[in-house]
Parts: sequence; structure tokens; C-alpha cells
Amino acid sequence: MGRVSAATAPWPVASIANPHPPVPAGRVFVALLSRDLRVARRELPFFLIRTVMQPILFVIVFGYLLPKMGFTQPGYQAALLPGILALSLMLASAQSVTLPMVTEFGWTKEIEDRLLAPVSIDLVAIEKIVNAMIQGIIAAIVVLPLARLVMGPVPGFTFSHFPELALVVVLSAAAASAFGLLLGVLISPQQIGFMFSLIITPMIFFGCAYYPWRGLDVVPWLKYAVLVNPLVYISEGLRASLTPSVAHMPFIAIIAALIVLTGGFTWAALVRFRMRALG
Amino acid sequence: MTAAIVTEGLRKVYPAAGGLAIPGAQPGWASSNGAEPRGGGETVALEGLDLVVNEGEFFGLIGPNGAGKTTTIGVLTTRVIPTGGTARVAGADVVRQSVTVRQRIGVVPQRPNPDRALDAWENLVYHAAYFGVNRKEAARRATELLERLGIADKARMKVDQLSGGQQQRLMIARALIHEPMILFLDEPTVGLDPNARNSLWEILRDLHAQGRTIVMTTHYMPEADELSDRIALIDRGRLLALDTPENLKKQTPDGSLETFFIAKSGRGWDA
Repeated sequence: MGRVSAATAPWPVASIANPHPPVPAGRVFVALLSRDLRVARRELPFFLIRTVMQPILFVIVFGYLLPKMGFTQPGYQAALLPGILALSLMLASAQSVTLPMVTEFGWTKEIEDRLLAPVSIDLVAIEKIVNAMIQGIIAAIVVLPLARLVMGPVPGFTFSHFPELALVVVLSAAAASAFGLLLGVLISPQQIGFMFSLIITPMIFFGCAYYPWRGLDVVPWLKYAVLVNPLVYISEGLRASLTPSVAHMPFIAIIAALIVLTGGFTWAALVRFRMRALG
Repeated sequence: MTAAIVTEGLRKVYPAAGGLAIPGAQPGWASSNGAEPRGGGETVALEGLDLVVNEGEFFGLIGPNGAGKTTTIGVLTTRVIPTGGTARVAGADVVRQSVTVRQRIGVVPQRPNPDRALDAWENLVYHAAYFGVNRKEAARRATELLERLGIADKARMKVDQLSGGQQQRLMIARALIHEPMILFLDEPTVGLDPNARNSLWEILRDLHAQGRTIVMTTHYMPEADELSDRIALIDRGRLLALDTPENLKKQTPDGSLETFFIAKSGRGWDA
């Protein structure tokens, strides 16, 4: 171990009579976010592989091979593309907050240095949501052109509803990130396997990503049961704005559901975050 | 003399086991220590603690495992909400003005908890940024602190590659980078070998010599004796004695703090 240098006052010690001025909360927030973005940049290759691999493989089989073999009806790609995007966005958002939170709270306690920041504990949690939103939106932006490339021309695909698309993407990322934070502060490291098999996997398969919600008219009880699943609104929102010719849930209902889910998940996540952070 | 810390009637009761996790507490905390379980499984960790720590003082908080030391540090560093009583730290209330308190304190935890996604240098620079220190100044301080703490050559290493002693030094650097008025250390030498412990003591003496207020918990008597201006002896969440190490030792025939504790608490140090 290296030698410690001799006593020299490196900089003045602040005193109660002469304290440092308070730090604006916005500045602390930006610092917290820049830390997360720094870590994300460093892990970009892994992030892209993790985010892109599964959707693209799925697109190759269901959006390219099966249609080419004649096993799917023409037009299936128009239902599938927004669903695949929804899945990428949700998984990227949730993963970028859930696993770090589970580890940092439950195991390494390394969240502590951010909990000591001179800012409300709630803002530390909100920053986690905002960071996860950014990562989810990046995932969607990366997957969209790749999926479109693999599938070839998708009937009815359009960017003409861009404002609606932007609104859906931002609200979807917010709902998924808040949900990810909630999972991250609820689950202990020992329960991660349980979370994937009992929460994430059913969400993926019953999230209307691989089929449109209106297609469930043929199984009415399931059509209403899946409404508890946030991924349904993300998938349907992207369908409504990217391939509106595919029958979809009313746009206003989608937006309302995403707002309510974001609010509900954020509230529950903040309550639990405070409980974990404060004794 | 200005008071850096004042607590009045500080109480903390943890709910029954299976309830909330206690941040910073060791596994098995509530069952294997001297804190008093109450009816319904509640655990009284602090029972009306009154303390005054003066500015510039090196204050030792000693007691056996479960005495309430970590809970006291938890309350004073705003991470544990007290059940009753008040605590003012660096001129601000720990509950109502927790953000102000956090800005004015530095905390060295019992177990090093560096940000493992960052290297040693980044740990310091980002922590400084959370406290509003600009990038250039943060870089200057990080370099200087790593140098002073003898780990400048580890600056670009992942924190997992640092030894326990080096990680503990990094925690001290992190606690100092935003120039806190008060430095809290919770059993900082647990798990360190004698060499690492001695050099940590040297660092702490150095910081104290600069006029910084330091509050350190330990259950290692010689450590408190060696470093503290005054020692608070606590057990079962209550203050048993508060004086200079010399005065406390004078009160026992063999001049030992351990004998003093046994006489005051009626139980062994390792109980």
C-alpha cells in the first residue's frame, strides 16, 4: 500500500458559519444522468447485442422466413413490425433499470453514493427512469431500420403520423422504465430468475407484440385479460402510429392507458424506492 | 465553540423482523446483538440519545455490536428516519433539511461500496459532480486526493481490482471530494490488516489536524482511545458515558476502557 503524504491543508474546510452554497437540484440531476450515460456508452456494444439480437432473430423467422414459406397471411408483417419495436423498447427500458437496481440495492449497495447526493431521494429515482427511457428510445431507433430491412416492404407502413409516433414512443418508454424501476426495487437478487419466468416472459407473449389486440376478438376472455399488461398499449400505440391500417385499439385509449400506467408505476416505484433507501 | 452535531432524545425503533430492510445494517443485525427486542418483535436501536459534537472535534462513538452505533450514523447521515427526538447536523435538521445535511457531510461506510461501473478516478469525479463541483475542479481534487491517500497509481483501475484497504481509502477520498464540514466513518478499519489500519489512522489524524469535524464509530477500543478527543460510550441505544479517553480511563482501577464499559453496562464487551 502506498505511503500517505504529510499533513498539508489542501483546501479550506467549510464551516457552519461559512457553508458552501446549496447546489441546484437540476445540476445534481444532470450529474446523475451523465454518470448513467457514461456507463451506458461504455457498455454500448453489449447493450446493442442484448437489445437487437432477440428482436432481429424473431423478425428473421416470423417476418422473413415464414412469410416467404407462405405460412403467414399477407399483411402479417404490418402487425408484427410495431410489435417487435414495442418489445425492444420495453425490454431495453426495463433492463437498463431493473437489473442495476436489484444489484445495487440488494447486493453491492453501490447506489449509496447517489443516495448521499444533496438532492431529494425521489429525484435519484426519477433520474433512473429518465435514463432508462433514453435507452429504450435508442433501442427502438436501432431496431426499426434493421427490422424493416429484414422484412422487406411492409404494407401500410408510414411515418406520416410522426407527432403521434413521438408521443407514443415517449409515453411507452416512460411506462416501461417506471415499471422496470418498480421491479428493480421490489425484487431481491435471489428472485431474478423468478422475475423472468413469471413476469417478463408472460408479458412478452401476452403483450400483443406478435399479434394485434383486435386479433384476440377470437378469444374474448383473453382480449380483456391482457389489458393488465403494459406491453399491450405499447404494441398497439406503435401499430396505431406506424401501421394504422392494421386494426388497433383507439388511439386515445392507448394514450390514456400509458399515462395512467406511467403515473401508477412511478408512484409505486417511488414509495418502494424511499422504503429501500431510508430506514 | 460551535456545535457541529446536536441530538436530543433521539429514538429509533425498527419494526418486527421481516419488515423493512435496515440500510447499512449487517445481516442478522436485529437478532444477534444487544439491541432490545420488544413485544411484537420490534427492536429498539436508539433510546433517547443526547449528544453534542463540537466543530473541529474528533468524536469516537464506541459500543459493542448492536449498541446502536450504525443506527446513530444512519440517522445523522439522513439515511435512517428517527422514530422520535431531533438531530441537527452541520446546522440543519436531519429530517426536514436532509438535502442540506447531505451537502455538508461526507460518509465512509462500514463496507466499501464504490460505484463498480466506474474506475477509481471516475468514482471521485462523478461523486464531486453530484455535489455541484465543476469538472475541472473535480479532476484536480480527485488527482490530489488519490495522491494524498497513496492510491494515485490505482486511479484508472476498476474498483474490483483494488484491495480492501485501497477501496477504503477510495471511500475516504470520495467522502472528502466535496469538502464536507463533517466526516462520518462507520467502523472504517473493520477487515483491514494492521498496516492498512495504521495508515488509515495516519490519514484520519491528518484530516483532524486540518480542523475537520470527524465522527467515527468503532468497537475497537484502542482505535477510539488513539484518535478521539472525546468518546461516547453507548450500549442498547443509550449513552453510558461521554468524556475524554483519559477521563474515562481514570475511572477504572486498571485504566482500561473495556473495564469501564463492563462496570457501566454490567455485561462483557463481546456480549
